[in-house]
Amino acid sequence: MTALTNDHDLHDHDDHHHHEAEAADRYMFGFWLYIISDCLLFSTLFATYAVMGQSFANGITPHELFDLNFVAVETALLLLSSFTFGMAMLGANVENMAKTKFWLIITALLGLSFLGMEIYEFIHFSHEGATPQTSGYWTSFYSLVATHGLHVTAGLIWMFFLFIHFNRDGFSHENKIRLACLSLFWHFLDIIWICVFSFVYLRGAM
Amino acid sequence: MVQTDLIKDPHVLTGKLHWGVIPFHDPVVAPVMAAAVLGGLLLVAFITYKKLWGYLWSEWFTSVDHKKIGIMYCIVALVMLVRGFSDAIMMRTHQALSTSDSFGEGFLPPEHYDQIFTAHGVIMIFFVATPLMIGIMNVIMPLQIGARDVAFPFLNSLSFYLFLVGALLVNISLFVGEFAAVGWLAYTPLSGIEYSPGVGVDYWIWALQISGIGTTLTAVNFVATILKMRAPGMTMMKMPVFTWTTFCANIIALVIFPILTVAIAQLTLDRYLDFNFFTNDDGGNQMMWVNLIWAWGHPEVYFLVLPAFGMISEVTATFSRKRLFGYVSLIWATIAITILSFLVWLHHFFTMGSGASVNAFFGIMTMIIGIPTGVKLYNWIFTMYKGRVELTASMWWVIAMLITFTVGGMTGVMLSIPANDFMLHNSMFVPAHFHNVIIGGAVYGYFAGFTYWFPKATGVKLNETLGKWSVALWFFGYFFAWVPLYITGFDGMTRRLQYIDNPEWQAYMYIAIIGVALIAAGIGTQVFNIAWSLYNRNNPKYKDETGDPWDAHTLEWYTTSPPQFYNFGDVPYINDRDPLLEMKQKGIAYKRPEKYERIHMPKNTWAGPVLGLLTLPMGFGFVWHIWWMVIAAVVAIFACWVKLNFERDKDYYVEVPEVEAIEGKFLKSNEGRSYYFEKNAKYYKKWKPSDQNDSTVVAK
Repeated sequence: MTALTNDHDLHDHDDHHHHEAEAADRYMFGFWLYIISDCLLFSTLFATYAVMGQSFANGITPHELFDLNFVAVETALLLLSSFTFGMAMLGANVENMAKTKFWLIITALLGLSFLGMEIYEFIHFSHEGATPQTSGYWTSFYSLVATHGLHVTAGLIWMFFLFIHFNRDGFSHENKIRLACLSLFWHFLDIIWICVFSFVYLRGAM
Repeated sequence: MVQTDLIKDPHVLTGKLHWGVIPFHDPVVAPVMAAAVLGGLLLVAFITYKKLWGYLWSEWFTSVDHKKIGIMYCIVALVMLVRGFSDAIMMRTHQALSTSDSFGEGFLPPEHYDQIFTAHGVIMIFFVATPLMIGIMNVIMPLQIGARDVAFPFLNSLSFYLFLVGALLVNISLFVGEFAAVGWLAYTPLSGIEYSPGVGVDYWIWALQISGIGTTLTAVNFVATILKMRAPGMTMMKMPVFTWTTFCANIIALVIFPILTVAIAQLTLDRYLDFNFFTNDDGGNQMMWVNLIWAWGHPEVYFLVLPAFGMISEVTATFSRKRLFGYVSLIWATIAITILSFLVWLHHFFTMGSGASVNAFFGIMTMIIGIPTGVKLYNWIFTMYKGRVELTASMWWVIAMLITFTVGGMTGVMLSIPANDFMLHNSMFVPAHFHNVIIGGAVYGYFAGFTYWFPKATGVKLNETLGKWSVALWFFGYFFAWVPLYITGFDGMTRRLQYIDNPEWQAYMYIAIIGVALIAAGIGTQVFNIAWSLYNRNNPKYKDETGDPWDAHTLEWYTTSPPQFYNFGDVPYINDRDPLLEMKQKGIAYKRPEKYERIHMPKNTWAGPVLGLLTLPMGFGFVWHIWWMVIAAVVAIFACWVKLNFERDKDYYVEVPEVEAIEGKFLKSNEGRSYYFEKNAKYYKKWKPSDQNDSTVVAK
């Protein structure tokens, strides 16, 4: 907000640019704060998982079900999607719409494949007798992993609407902020997945 | 029975609803329901008759102006205060009657009494204390830092409506179905589906889940506002104390409310989809709920009390005609409390059996948190020391707070010793203690701030005599109501008793009723005071035309009362912790700046009320298992969100001539006014800049 700068020499044109820069700064910062709160949300779920880690209630154990090769592919897909999102950001930095969209589509496809694998895994586990209702352990497993999955879904929906935004306004000021926030969100989900992979799958399979 | 069938097998269209859930037959609830419905209809008829809907919609409901949103928060909070206090009256009278020989069992059946103590706690914490505080923060904090609005004005509006939906759900539960009967923190497994098969806990879940998400958004909003939108020159260590405490409180909220969200979501999954988080069998863990809810719940207490400390600080400094004593120590004490507040949650359940070393750790941390709190008390006392203390009504609240809160703090230290706690756990001593700190610390602080800033928000000063009466009534009322309960608690009386079989406690219960009556008179005086002062708004005794009715120090008093929608015509450069005082000293306050700038402002939006209120059918549908309603509401919310996302034209500029016209009028009315009150001039003129001289100035 211009008047806050106390800079009386700004012309209207600069005024506008200054305002945009300030808004971008404010929105990005606000989104970081949201990420902090989301981080706490996942920590609570991880804490729950740690508490319930051995509560099998005589049901099936993760050791019998987890297939690390399968999870490795899942992980590779998601990590790769972070890389491709980075490529999309590079495209956006030089305002190359075709490049940005191309890499975003690749990112979305990787994200979708990840989700598909996760859903397949859930169905498979349920058939083997591990449903959220089976035991405390599986309750905490599903709630943690599915919360991550729901976040990925939200990211994909966001990507879809960002496409419409891009088609309408191109690299407008607002759309750049949207893309930057989504990028932050997507990389954040990657970091969470690395924790899921290490604490849930690696630990559970051993 | 129809009822139990519906609980097991809800109807497709109406879920678990049926006519039996509306308590027509209940002699306590039915008259209240009739009065509420009639009152509501009358209000609607009045607004329609006066043709106010359009005005309310465009000026208030869709407003993104932080001051108006703040006022709406305060109004709802005060209405809910009356509701929550009615519960308190019922509990006290019931307990008194249930120890008496002639009345025997009181007048409330157990299931009703249990709902009342649950509703009382939930309402007072979530729907009175929190919104009153957020309301005052909303009005004042952006003004104190010289901002035009909060960082995300639409989110602010959305937060308000999410909170409102929570409050509405709690009130709907009074008339449709039942509320939770499990205590305000809904301990598992009692709150699980096995032991609470009705809809009461579901009302609790959705009221708190929806309003809790609103609070998280508020936290994001306020932290961003404070860190990104301060006036030029206002470094962190030049921020007013109330802004500092608001900042720390919202950092706490940002970190803890996700824990509440997750914990409630887990309970929801347990109840709706048979998950096993907190169940008795299949590997559930009930103590995990208690840990999670207190990992949120204890920092929540500091979330509530820190801003009250900030309010006390501002009021004390202004009315002692001194700088705040020990600004830096007070800020560091606030930061210390913020951090320590995360390390004490286990003291709520020492009896869990976590072992001597764990209990010792949390006991010691609890005692340590008393130190920064003590620092603050000395800050306020030394601010008054050798000051020219002016005993206004808000200063009366400060003094009431200093005394009451100190007593509460000391009983807190008693409880922090695990060996003591094993004796006192779950006794009446515990509610006596936390009412002592929440009423004595937080609520008195809010009322001090409310009285102090009322003219800023409305342009009208409250009546001082009535204000002092309400302080006196609250102050004595508190001690009459709770000292007897401290004693019975020591004597072994447990909390939440529906029937008391010890006749020796009867006298104490009757003394407590006297206290409740005094507090009721105090609340009545406050409500009357607000109405009376607003009614006399054009009387010069009440009207504030200067924008600075108290001869205060900070930036919020540098503009009109109530402030213009853009807050400040011109935001000054901040050199000092008390910027208005500095400007008064230099004689540059209320002068026309060389040149006005055009002002960038957000436009009002339909999205806050529409998106926010759509969560009401969502929550209600979830409570009663009316799935079509849930789906329809979620789809509608999503559609609105998308529509909002693709809207353009969300802001506008206020052009210079308009700013000049508005500001000119204000400056003219302040022309020729001596900036200081005559009696304060000689103290204020001796002050040095805050960075040269930290708080040791003595007015003499």
